[in-house]
Amino acid sequence: MKHLLSTDGLDPAQATAVLDTADTLKRTLLGREVRKLPTLRGRTVVTMFYENSTRTRVSFEVAGKWMSADVINVSAGGSSVGKGESLRDTALTLSAAGADLVIVRHPASGAAHRLAGWLEGTGTGVVNAGDGMHEHPTQALLDAATLRERLGTIAGKRIAIVGDVLHSRVARSNVHLLTALGAEVVLVAPPTLLPTGVDSWPVSVSHDLDAELPALDAVMMLRVQAERMHGGFFPSAREYSIAYGLSERRFTLLPEHAVVLHPGPMLRGMEIAAAVADSPRAAITEQVRNGVHVRMAVLYHLLAGEEEAA
Amino acid sequence: MAPRVRGATDPAERELLSAGDVARTIARMAHQIIEKTSLGSEGHRPVVLLGIPSRGAPLARRLAELIAEFSDAAVPVGALDITLYRDDLRRRPNRPLESTTLPEGGIDDCLVVLVDDVLFSGRTIRAALDALRDAGRPAAVQLAVLVDRGHRELPIRADYVGKNVPTSRAEEVHVCLTELDGRDGVYLRREADQ
Amino acid sequence: MMLIKGVRLYGEGDPVDILVRDGVIAEIGPWLDAASTQDLTDVEVLDADGLVALPGFVDLHTHLREPGREDTETIATGSAAAALGGYTAVFAMANTDPVADNAVIVEHIWRRGREVGLVDVHPVGAVTVGLKGEKLAELGTMARSQADVRVFSDDGHCVADPLVMRRALEYTKALDGVIAQHAEEPRLTVDAQAHEGERAARLGLAGWPAAAEESIVARDCLLAKQTGARLHVCHVSTAGTVDVLRWAKERGTKVSAEVTPHHLLLTDERLATYDPVNKVNPPLRTESDVQVLREALAEGVVDCVATDHAPHAPQDKDCEWSAARPGMLGLQTALSIVVETLVRPGLLDWRGVARVMSEKPAEIAGLPDQGRPLAVGEPATLTLVDPDARWTVRGTELASIAGNTPFEGMELPAVVRTTMLRGRVTAADGKVQR
Repeated sequence: MKHLLSTDGLDPAQATAVLDTADTLKRTLLGREVRKLPTLRGRTVVTMFYENSTRTRVSFEVAGKWMSADVINVSAGGSSVGKGESLRDTALTLSAAGADLVIVRHPASGAAHRLAGWLEGTGTGVVNAGDGMHEHPTQALLDAATLRERLGTIAGKRIAIVGDVLHSRVARSNVHLLTALGAEVVLVAPPTLLPTGVDSWPVSVSHDLDAELPALDAVMMLRVQAERMHGGFFPSAREYSIAYGLSERRFTLLPEHAVVLHPGPMLRGMEIAAAVADSPRAAITEQVRNGVHVRMAVLYHLLAGEEEAA
Repeated sequence: MAPRVRGATDPAERELLSAGDVARTIARMAHQIIEKTSLGSEGHRPVVLLGIPSRGAPLARRLAELIAEFSDAAVPVGALDITLYRDDLRRRPNRPLESTTLPEGGIDDCLVVLVDDVLFSGRTIRAALDALRDAGRPAAVQLAVLVDRGHRELPIRADYVGKNVPTSRAEEVHVCLTELDGRDGVYLRREADQ
Repeated sequence: MMLIKGVRLYGEGDPVDILVRDGVIAEIGPWLDAASTQDLTDVEVLDADGLVALPGFVDLHTHLREPGREDTETIATGSAAAALGGYTAVFAMANTDPVADNAVIVEHIWRRGREVGLVDVHPVGAVTVGLKGEKLAELGTMARSQADVRVFSDDGHCVADPLVMRRALEYTKALDGVIAQHAEEPRLTVDAQAHEGERAARLGLAGWPAAAEESIVARDCLLAKQTGARLHVCHVSTAGTVDVLRWAKERGTKVSAEVTPHHLLLTDERLATYDPVNKVNPPLRTESDVQVLREALAEGVVDCVATDHAPHAPQDKDCEWSAARPGMLGLQTALSIVVETLVRPGLLDWRGVARVMSEKPAEIAGLPDQGRPLAVGEPATLTLVDPDARWTVRGTELASIAGNTPFEGMELPAVVRTTMLRGRVTAADGKVQR
């Protein structure tokens, strides 16, 4: 594995290996005073974020630092990126400057794929930290890690992904990964927020959250982005919340063991009731915690092994 | 990853220790540990056995059982994976991590006996010492190995050695343990021509 | 004077010889040298044994980028690409910088074309000022200029306002002109990146729905019928548009339509790599659209092939998908793609190729001396094609300055051997004859 660009087509065995590594790392570091492993000493990891995202960038940065990699953050504001340098030139510059891995967040779908293409033959790997509406593979991996921890296994579990599936890279990555790991996935959204051709995805589709809740093992609430609220995808935030928000009443329809996930940042009240978000059955802070271990595992799998023959 | 199966007898393979030899050797090592650490005597320092996966872990458990049998002292056992501390990670294909499990009471101020199957270059033990430093602060560290095959590359020696085996670098020492391989035995094998 | 020996007209019948004199086809017949030409001393003889003679191709839709983006194409390099591709006339779209929305710019383009002299370069006039879709450009002035503009288009942008479109259609009736519409309802294609379908959805690319094209084509056909004006539909890309065109033509609408070579061959399967060389507007559609378009072209529901030749600089393509400019090169590959997608599968014969690449586009644009029959007394404006040769496309070897061909590395059938414009050889064996 040289790049992690998407969960689409990711070998389930490979995904499981990453989750196992994350699990081991989590247990290894549990309760330790010094949370630092020497594993990636001398390796240079660059995070390149063309969109603001404190949580993902910090998570990757902590993961890299706990593995002793040198982590350098490039943000679109404070570098030549802001001066109109092309993505390609920036990537080649970072590679030439010694980056072993570039972690990229970009508003254009496919940006990470393009980057991997341009870096072909340079030895620099690429991790997709979210590209447009395409994928966010480490988010799906950390969701899977959290679900596995809470539910024991993912195979055979019924998981709903609720909300703006159309624009969500988190949803796409989760659909690929969770179904590859054997889960039944149901997408719950208004038709305006479902992608074209969703019938051909290995999922079922519903517009009735209440009807789905009693049979679920987990429910993953998606973020409704502010710009979508005014895009005419649904009449009003209030109506959305009534139909697709995880209210306290809806929460009682879930089975006792069911887990609530949210990739954050949350819109309390509209997407999810505060009491639900703060309940012990919500795994939202665990998701963040697991995010670090999953990203450490990803760094380990991408950077620790021998370089593949060119 | 499934454990590598070290099973079928190979004509290029020479038996160094039979199943009976392995049992006797481990028993002798258990006695040596009791003696050298003054286990069972009043005021002895707490002892912890930490096996290095994969084969050091069951060895450590067997030693602990025998120590309990011979001395009535219950010795806590754990496992210490050193993969994340290896200095040769980039020279080999990616490997899965094994479990690190420390005893409930931790290892601070204990006498830690590291247990491994084969002592060769010493690099594994150096990595284990690094890993140990991150896991706690033992009072002292000792090393127990079933086989010492020589060719040290670092100033490391074992405190307890089951069997010293002179080898050439082209040879491999295979340790089989019932827990992982279905049977006990130690074999010497010439590496196939590559 | 030139004697073309052993060529098959429209790929039909026995080989004949063509004698070209003073830019006109003087004689056609077997073994001309033995008879009428024996007394002629200055005859250049062209061995065209096994070649197919077709009327010179006419492209209603190119972007020659001059003025404005001479780093990607000029009228000179674009003319060279056209001649090498077998073209004798091309229409240069109005989305230059400055926009060709006035007589000065269109005359400049027309004059540059004449100076280069490899193909007839006909400027397309913008329908609206600055391609903004608001106010009609001075269509009449452009029509009466030296450039003699008859085709008007805001290509790149849709004339979306129905009232502006209606007025444009009506107004051009007096000019004997035609409005070539880039059919794209802009409200349905905000941020659109790729054909709205399963593939784009999976890749997270905002969709360009087929209905955005079809609804405008339907609306414009109704307006054309109502006003009695002529409408030309640019780059038809969907099966639904073909249905609309069929319906409109059946009820007597004066509508014509073009399809590009890339929409006859490529599909949205190309999206998977995110390589923007495959980004084009309208986007690459599905396999079933491609099939319907091929059949519609063969049947005549879609009248002709136009390349939408759109050169782009490397930095405008070697970037992330959404930042890339849409468009692809087409002039030098068009014939081969038509042969690959229609002639080889048996949908079209060489006479059909002459129809869709020369006669129909000349008729739509009202060109009196292009797309003429291969007959004595007609202009010697023709293309000689080797139907059996194959070639491999290399962007760097094409005559355009830009190299953005989506057919890179593909081995294609049919090679243009000679292009002749009114008796003058403009391209021969892959070389431009300046």
